Amino acid sequence: MLTISDECIGCTKCVKVCPFGALFMEGKVAKVNESCTLCGACLQSCSVNAIDIPRTIGTVDISAYKGVWVFIELLDAKDGKKQIRPIGHELLSAGKGLAAELKEELCAVLIGHHVSGMIDKLASYGADKVYLVENEMLQDYNTDSFSAVMCALVSQYKPSMVLYPSTYVGRDLAPRVATELFTGLTADCTGLSIKNGHLLQTRPAFGGNIMANILCPEKRPQMATIRPNVMKKNPPVAGAKAVIVTVNIPIDKSIIRVKTVKKLIDESHGIEKIDEAKVIVSGGRGMKDRNGFKLLEELADELNGAVGASRAAIDMGLKPKPHQVGQSGTTVSPTLYIACGISGAIQHLVGMESSDIVIAINKNPDASIFNVAKYGIIGDAHAIVPRLTEALKNRKKA
Amino acid sequence: MEIISLIKQVPDSTRVKVDPVTGTLIRAGVPSILNPYDHFALEQAIKLKKEHNAKLTVLSMGPPQAEEVVRLALSLGADRGILLSDRAFAGSDTWATSYTLAQAIRKIGKFDLILAGMMAIDGDTAQTGPGVAQQLRLPQITFCNELKVEGKKLIAKKLIEGGHEIVECIMPVLCTMIMPHEYHPSYPSFMSIYKAQVEKPAELWSLKNIDAEIKLLGLEGSPTRVDKIYPPVSKEKGTMYNGSPSEMVEILIQILKEEEVI
Repeated sequence: MLTISDECIGCTKCVKVCPFGALFMEGKVAKVNESCTLCGACLQSCSVNAIDIPRTIGTVDISAYKGVWVFIELLDAKDGKKQIRPIGHELLSAGKGLAAELKEELCAVLIGHHVSGMIDKLASYGADKVYLVENEMLQDYNTDSFSAVMCALVSQYKPSMVLYPSTYVGRDLAPRVATELFTGLTADCTGLSIKNGHLLQTRPAFGGNIMANILCPEKRPQMATIRPNVMKKNPPVAGAKAVIVTVNIPIDKSIIRVKTVKKLIDESHGIEKIDEAKVIVSGGRGMKDRNGFKLLEELADELNGAVGASRAAIDMGLKPKPHQVGQSGTTVSPTLYIACGISGAIQHLVGMESSDIVIAINKNPDASIFNVAKYGIIGDAHAIVPRLTEALKNRKKA
Repeated sequence: MEIISLIKQVPDSTRVKVDPVTGTLIRAGVPSILNPYDHFALEQAIKLKKEHNAKLTVLSMGPPQAEEVVRLALSLGADRGILLSDRAFAGSDTWATSYTLAQAIRKIGKFDLILAGMMAIDGDTAQTGPGVAQQLRLPQITFCNELKVEGKKLIAKKLIEGGHEIVECIMPVLCTMIMPHEYHPSYPSFMSIYKAQVEKPAELWSLKNIDAEIKLLGLEGSPTRVDKIYPPVSKEKGTMYNGSPSEMVEILIQILKEEEVI
């Protein structure tokens, strides 16, 4: 239960920011009624720290929490409209299996302004239910407004787990929500499964040198962030429908403390490209110099693919950072990944091993990259790659 | 202006090796370093301190040997250094760590700006910075690469998908920093190490120095549990080919055809 101490000076700020109208003035002090969802939006508005939400220490009644939730991140499309970031579909696909095993509903959380047109798309990827929160204050992502909305939704509807994308937005939002609600959060998961009714979260640590399985046995909801391109997307089911739960959460603009002055979108940014490419030709230290990478670019062009690079190659300045594949770069899972002159440090492998087909070309027969390759070619990429590009060109002509 | 810089001592994960027989981490001989993201954030804090004549306090949490990184920060120019170390903090996940750090920051008292690295290279979670911000009800700006202070306002350049964003916020605020790609951390001279040791001893804080609910600390205050730790599973080795470049090209064309890429 939320408490208001006699420190209250009657400023009325909390009454204004409460999304649920749960706070009201009685005489010169604020009071709380039963509409309070413990979302915490009022706490930051109080300048004298008179409001407090005592935490439940010890175990909570975890059986009261049901439903697998996916937070849907929206991206600015080229036409200025919002679109669902593809990771949303991947998380719904992963969540579908977990929900089925637990016999719970799969729910998408859609927060924005004029976004209800996306609901059928979410249903086609398996969402049984969509929690829809729309208003003009939620047009763009903001830490303060989105965390208030998420805390409010979770406190009210009590899901058993919430999955977030491990992106700039997801990694900004999820820890705030988990901290506020005193529950567990596991970062950058590469595997999710159910163990004794709990969410078993698998993640790499120590630069990918070890894997850890993490549980959150006594708190709910269980929360995790998952990288793009790790979970396989199910094919969408045309005509699927979801139950829509529209939740009205008004946002007072005074709760938004960090304001965007300007957005600088880098047109030549490579992340999207290697993120979404079907074919990636990637190079490592073995490509030696920029000329070596030029050979890879020519091959990538021929295969309609993008060029990736290992950390070693990035460190040598052979490609800009957005092209980096690996744990400290981007995780990719293209149909075809051709690794040229890459030894296969574990930090690189965790970023590409879920690719459908891996072809590795390396002079050293003992290179670790061969351990994850379906096809291993022992030889010098400098000699093989240009000849392969040539052969592909000739094939096209013929 | 008062700045608090959060730092962590980590094993240099780029030098961690795995025992090929047992599959366990070989930690022996792996040097401990100041987490590079925190190192960069600390350098930004020192820069702001010089520009604005601010007071800089560094705060770390860890085993007693983590005093090394607090001393390093003091020799680099921090005014005050605190290490939170107590057996009661052992086994903390990011929730309990954020709580403990936040309680220590409440004890430190006044501050305008808290800086931290975006993540530590041993856990790679990026959760502790936002966790501390939420515990303290502070606004946060994550993944920053440039900071500027104008009066009461902090202006930051931060990463967003596909580019950058310039944001501003009235302080106090907590910012987490990414680091530039070719970042070479600065280290203090022998003289400044010596001077710091004499003039600015690191303060060691235990549970007694902060007001904390004991049930929210360490293992007990951590919602997450490690179920199992194991080496990454290696896949079965695929087919290997060896021969002249032109033979290899023929095989590659064959593979691309079979896999229906061409």
